[in-house]
Amino acid sequence: MMLALQYKNSPVKYLTARGVTSTRIGSRFTSAVAGNLAPLQLTQLPVPDLPGRGWVRLRPLLSGICGSDLAMLTGRSSPYLTPLVSTPFVPGHEVVAVTLDDAPDLPKGSRVVVDPVLSCAARGLRLCPACAEGRQSRCIAVTSGGLAPGLQTGYCGDTGGGWGKQMVAHRSQLHVVPEGVRDELAVLAEPLACAIHAVRRVALPAGATVVVIGAGTVGLLTILALREYTEVGGIHVVAKHRHQQVRARQLGATEVIEPARAARAVRRLTGGSLESPVMGAEYLLGGADVTFECTGGGGLDTALRLTRAGGTVVLSGMPSTGVDLTPLWFRELHLVGAYATDSGGVPEADGGRQGDFDRALDLVGRAPLDGFVDARYPLTRWREAVGHAADAGRLGTVKVAFDLAEI
Amino acid sequence: MSRPGFVLEVDERTPSLLVHQGEGFRLEKFPLGTRVIYPPDSLPGIRDLDAAIRHALLNPHGTPPLPELLRPDMRLTIVFDDISLPLPQMRPPDIRGRIIEHVLELAAAAGVDDVELLAANALHRRMTPAELKRAVGDRVFRAFFPKHLRNHDAEDPDGMTHLGLTRHGEDVEINKRAAESDLLVYVNITLTAMSGGPKSVAVGLGSYKSLKHHHNVHTLRHSTSFNDPPNSAMHHSYHRMAKVVEDHVKVFTIETTLNGDNFPEATKFLQKREWEWNLRDQASLLAFKKANEMTPLKLRREIWQRNDAPFGVTGIHAGDPKEVHPLTLANVHRQQLTEIDGQADIGVWGLPFLCPYNVNSIMNPILVMSLGLGYFFNLYRNKPIVRQGGVAIFYHPMQNDFHQIHHPSYIDFFEEVLTQTTDQQAIESKFEKQFAEDPWYTHLYRNSYAYHGVHPLYMWYWGAHAMEHLGDVIFVGADRKAAARMGFRSASTLADALEMAKDTVGGSPSITYQHTPPATLADVR
Repeated sequence: MMLALQYKNSPVKYLTARGVTSTRIGSRFTSAVAGNLAPLQLTQLPVPDLPGRGWVRLRPLLSGICGSDLAMLTGRSSPYLTPLVSTPFVPGHEVVAVTLDDAPDLPKGSRVVVDPVLSCAARGLRLCPACAEGRQSRCIAVTSGGLAPGLQTGYCGDTGGGWGKQMVAHRSQLHVVPEGVRDELAVLAEPLACAIHAVRRVALPAGATVVVIGAGTVGLLTILALREYTEVGGIHVVAKHRHQQVRARQLGATEVIEPARAARAVRRLTGGSLESPVMGAEYLLGGADVTFECTGGGGLDTALRLTRAGGTVVLSGMPSTGVDLTPLWFRELHLVGAYATDSGGVPEADGGRQGDFDRALDLVGRAPLDGFVDARYPLTRWREAVGHAADAGRLGTVKVAFDLAEI
Repeated sequence: MSRPGFVLEVDERTPSLLVHQGEGFRLEKFPLGTRVIYPPDSLPGIRDLDAAIRHALLNPHGTPPLPELLRPDMRLTIVFDDISLPLPQMRPPDIRGRIIEHVLELAAAAGVDDVELLAANALHRRMTPAELKRAVGDRVFRAFFPKHLRNHDAEDPDGMTHLGLTRHGEDVEINKRAAESDLLVYVNITLTAMSGGPKSVAVGLGSYKSLKHHHNVHTLRHSTSFNDPPNSAMHHSYHRMAKVVEDHVKVFTIETTLNGDNFPEATKFLQKREWEWNLRDQASLLAFKKANEMTPLKLRREIWQRNDAPFGVTGIHAGDPKEVHPLTLANVHRQQLTEIDGQADIGVWGLPFLCPYNVNSIMNPILVMSLGLGYFFNLYRNKPIVRQGGVAIFYHPMQNDFHQIHHPSYIDFFEEVLTQTTDQQAIESKFEKQFAEDPWYTHLYRNSYAYHGVHPLYMWYWGAHAMEHLGDVIFVGADRKAAARMGFRSASTLADALEMAKDTVGGSPSITYQHTPPATLADVR
């Protein structure tokens, strides 16, 4: 038996939380909702069985709380995802762990991070066309094979997750953490890999003007990835909180902008004109070449309004709200999704591939990410932990994580 | 016979004094010994204005009479001061319209067909058709608008003419129609000593390329004050430019001056000296104050903006600008100048609801700053009323409120620039070009009713001399956040402000309160 947080299917709690957080006043109490209305409970569970060959047991060390986890706990995640999960499950997909079993090329006791996507390889299936191309995030088999449905570890009833004392993972999901990379940096490998993936999803010409909406974990790591892997010009970041603005600058933001003045500031920085409709937010005729939406909330509406005609909006945060698509139509924008990570797509000229996780593990140890994980909670204080994570921006925190070494 | 200006020394018998504060006022008990500068009583206005206008046009200074300058085949352009003058707006009929009618009558008599009227709005917002009609009068408006009565457009790529450089290398670029006219008749209202004269054509019809030579931090720091032209670097530049203009265009100027009648009959008590308020004045004042305070801000703003001033005209002089302007300045001084001995540790000013750039608009925080540290601080000759390193105390609510149409670049300047720095030179070097050349601001200046993109920066420079001179600036009654954004402190009361000023000027400072409006020009000896 092991101690774990278990998410159970509860339509009543889901709808109640969704009802509360979807209102303007209720959205201010997201942290209270996350801590009190979430269908989550701390419980003793049997340790998960190894599903088959190539699987190993893991003892998580640190496991982050992601924006998508919070969306799930506060009823803001889309019902679209319900067939892609198998309840009850143990959440947690940002995991640094120690292996408890030997694998052919990975001795037990190895410190690893988990690529959570449960694609064909993990499911023991012949590779689907997407997986065969190295595009595991587009796998069509996330509900098939010998495992219960689950788009990722942390949403699958068979694998356990990082919010439990033990879990299982397929060898193909594991990436060895380099020596010298501390756990609190390693736990950022997964969100950093996602940010790198988002940046790789679009062509970013040298000198392009980029706007990043949101400066939580996803937004900040997107800035880092943009500066590391592209030669874009200005990176203008819409950041709500003071500490986010400071960190955004440290990571290479050209300008940081408060949300209330985003349209005016981006117009001044990129040109064009500002238009004020009779209802709804102001928008630009002109604007950024590429905008990354990293809030998982109302940022998409802002992104569509700040991007120039023919430009691109990359959806990095998991969407949770509806949006007026008129700018998409009128400005002939490209809307690009960026979900999870992959192993690099088609092999490069030299035959090699550099996957998002490879890059992330290369970068995470040398990037200025100290202090990003500045709130660690034991599982027993999970209500405080998710409440803190839901209010992280206001509380000056970037990433909240469960410390599985503690009781 | 009007009484001259007067300096009151506050003693035990001095009543509470009126201090303007945006769309309202306070009755303030000043510390004993405070000196209060009052302007001369309002001078009597000219009774027969039409006769005075005719006389001026037929007996000009330094030029032949206007009829002798007019001929049938000529190109005549009549230019007039824009919405920024006078303040408050003049009760119709506006003196500009009356003069223009006379000029047009003479032009018609001479058979001049090619006549155009231009508002000299420089980089200010365009005047609306209603505002133009109010300035020139109904008859002229109907006859000339829109084809032959229009606003100057400093950003019209085909509408400007570069006349050359001054001996200091300053570009002189003015409106093409004006530059190519056989005669340019300028109809002016000189409200303060900074206006009129060499400024009228070179600035009023100028472009950013031209204005940037004098509307900059260096020049404004060396304009001490800009209401004292001989000591104003800005006016030295105007004179150099006026010389270039004069070499290319014949200018016949008509300058007017106004008396101090700022308030209509119902609120006439606002310009009386407080100890002269009778019982009726006191009752009216208290009732007005109470009603004013109970009125919602938006409505209050509208009511104050509708306050047409029953100005009397104190002088009309026409002819060569160089000969006319000294006569105009003498009239301004006659109405506004008050001598005072020595500077004080603290200067106090009550800032009213209006400045040149919020007529029919909103006085945003940057305009409050420019009114206080620019216009009012510079209402002096010889020396500022406050000593070097002293403290300025201004009264204004300084709401964080902007007119979305008139002041779009002001909003960005307040939100984007002042959050980064308030340093005038840093702003000038880093942001001026961006704001001046931003195509959107240019579009709004040309086609909407927006001030030019660079205008908020000019307003910020307007306080350059004061900010260099003063040790501290405190705004009484101001929105704390708005004041802090601009680097100023705010206080709830005068007592609090004086307490705060102790850090800079000690515990027993000398205080001078410059009582205005009506405008008072302090001649500090």
